[in-house]
Amino acid sequence: MTFRAKHLLGIEPLAPAEILAVLDLAERYVALNRRTEKRGDALAGLTQINMFFEASTRTQASFELAGKRLGADVMNMSVAQSSVKKGETLIDTALTLNAMHPDLLVVRHPASGAVDLLAQKVECAVINAGDGRHEHPTQALLDALTIRRAKGRLQRLTIAICGDIAHSRVARSNILLLGKLENRIRLIGPPTLMPARIADFGVEVFDDMAEGLRGADVVMMLRLQRERMDGGFVPSEREYFHRYGLDAEKLKAAKEDAIVMHPGPMNRGVEIDGTIADDINRSVIQEQVEMGVAVRMAVMDLLARNLRAERGRQAAGVMA
Amino acid sequence: MTPLHLVNARLIDPEGLAEGIGEILIDDGRIAGVGGATPKAARVIDCGGLCLAPGIVDAGVKVGEPGERHKESFRSAGLAAAAGGVTTIVARPDTAQPIDSPETLEFVTRRAAEASPVRIRHMAALTRGREGREMTELGFLMDAGAVAFTDGDRVVADTRVLARAMTYARGLGALVVGHPQDPGLSAGAAATAGKFASLKGLPSVSPMAERMGLERDLALVEMTGVRYHADQITTALALPALARAKAAGLDVTAGTSIHHLALNEFDVGDYRTFFKVKPPLRSEDDRVATVEAVASGLIDIVCSMHTPQDEESKRLPFEEAAAGAVGLQTLLPAALRLVHAGALDLPRLFRALSLNPARRFGLPGGTLAPGAPADLVLFDPDAPFVLDRFTLLSKSKNTPFDGARMQGRVRATLVGGRIVHGEP
Repeated sequence: MTFRAKHLLGIEPLAPAEILAVLDLAERYVALNRRTEKRGDALAGLTQINMFFEASTRTQASFELAGKRLGADVMNMSVAQSSVKKGETLIDTALTLNAMHPDLLVVRHPASGAVDLLAQKVECAVINAGDGRHEHPTQALLDALTIRRAKGRLQRLTIAICGDIAHSRVARSNILLLGKLENRIRLIGPPTLMPARIADFGVEVFDDMAEGLRGADVVMMLRLQRERMDGGFVPSEREYFHRYGLDAEKLKAAKEDAIVMHPGPMNRGVEIDGTIADDINRSVIQEQVEMGVAVRMAVMDLLARNLRAERGRQAAGVMA
Repeated sequence: MTPLHLVNARLIDPEGLAEGIGEILIDDGRIAGVGGATPKAARVIDCGGLCLAPGIVDAGVKVGEPGERHKESFRSAGLAAAAGGVTTIVARPDTAQPIDSPETLEFVTRRAAEASPVRIRHMAALTRGREGREMTELGFLMDAGAVAFTDGDRVVADTRVLARAMTYARGLGALVVGHPQDPGLSAGAAATAGKFASLKGLPSVSPMAERMGLERDLALVEMTGVRYHADQITTALALPALARAKAAGLDVTAGTSIHHLALNEFDVGDYRTFFKVKPPLRSEDDRVATVEAVASGLIDIVCSMHTPQDEESKRLPFEEAAAGAVGLQTLLPAALRLVHAGALDLPRLFRALSLNPARRFGLPGGTLAPGAPADLVLFDPDAPFVLDRFTLLSKSKNTPFDGARMQGRVRATLVGGRIVHGEP
């Protein structure tokens, strides 16, 4: 099997073959999910805990659904309101959870690297559902699957990522994934929302949107994360929409058949015009949500296989 | 005390920038001579050709007293220092309760003298509570023994407050130690802006913030005429400003930490919090430029920036974890990496570790000259070992060198002619 990782902490450590293994398996789950009978048993008997230190509706629901469809016992812990408020550290929370013997731990945390830290302290498979501004690997995988299905391939495409790159884990994971698969990546946004030395990642940086979108196959919009802003990155929402919001006029610069993506939740009228978001000929935003469930099923299935194999080896070792 | 005659030693002389086999006679706690016959009563010690250098004067060590004795006490810091060849600790005032009054200073001075086998001298806070609003009683604090004034890594943001404190300090002839960093740009930063920080999604600060902080402080030095030392210069961008100030004749010196000389930003790897220091580790280009500045003498002082942190404050996500690393015991072997790499020689290293800090902070020691206190370190520069952090004598074990292969072991440390560590 190509996918050998114990955890999915980010796109960075994955080889292209591992990425494709996830996508190929996810295709099968897309088909399963479209049937009336959606039950699988890949995770039967396993316990999945979703631990979200940051509020999330969509991602948490997607992981929950993915786990349940594959037969896992799924528990949601919204840690944002519980013991963390009482001063418990991340590591104590991890150790407490570990004692409950989960098999899959899905974690979102506001600090970059927090999921890596947690993964060092538990024995189960850990899936990063977003850590700070570091990575959000399942989002990049579902975006890749959406692109591949819409464009028929996942290489030599020109992909424009627009908006708040600096604070976006979605952008980082997508830059890494699409770069590994040899696509041409353009980043568009005001310089205040670009991370330092981002050009070193082998991307092209534009602050003019029309120029950046010229000839693009894929237009990926990012949420302007107002809750992350210390204030003062952009002068105002309306100026931002005027210069970087996606509307029909700006989209004309891209290829005629360019698709429009957004990881959600959208701020209509801030980064994307409502009519574009709802245009079924251009927008694949709903498809992204659908692919999300399938990709998360595939990821958890692959990690569970590795987990079972590892435990099998350990048991054999004990016997011998 | 029986006189000691240390013979067959490779003497490292940072004043003459020379080294060679020789001998040192110690009498009454002082260096009595560097040659000549052994007096009858003296105990002769054959150093077997190992290096004998002036003991390290570590300018900028944090001890957890008062307030955080579980992290480091004067006793544990003193033992770690002795084991690391540090004969004088210059303690920082950025303790849980800042050392900002003569009473607190007298307390820590007494505690340090009782508990530590090596000499400990103290810096005091420049402003009350290190809050950057009102200057401390600089005169009383000097009378109580403060060797310099600093708010540590908390930059005095209000230039009017700093200008007045500097002007007043000038009148006293006091040394002000600054932390060159623009406080606005560096707020909340956990890494140096660059590809690595962007990849890891860490809040970062441009290296330019150091130059801005330094340029501001240097302008105030020019304005006030105060004696000034920059605690840590770690970037290539800041070096020309430092060189200009020295060329212009300002009474300015600069230091750097061993961690910025031995490590770079990539050492953080997968969010290893023992590598989180302040300012954050820099790019390799900056590290190399800083090493060169130490070799050329542009940067005067190398220190450990010893900052003990307990496990709890480091077992956190990187951006939430406390900054700082212990260094008393690893300062010498880590610095010897630079010697083994050919970046500088031993006399130049000890100029930065011993001679310059002793001179700048007005302390005896740092030299092999007759009459100086016999504060010495005897070490084998080549002896290899793998560092196990749990063997460190500091109460806190937060070293970035855990598991690192190092070269250079201290065989003996002498303070005032007394052997405080090892067996020569």
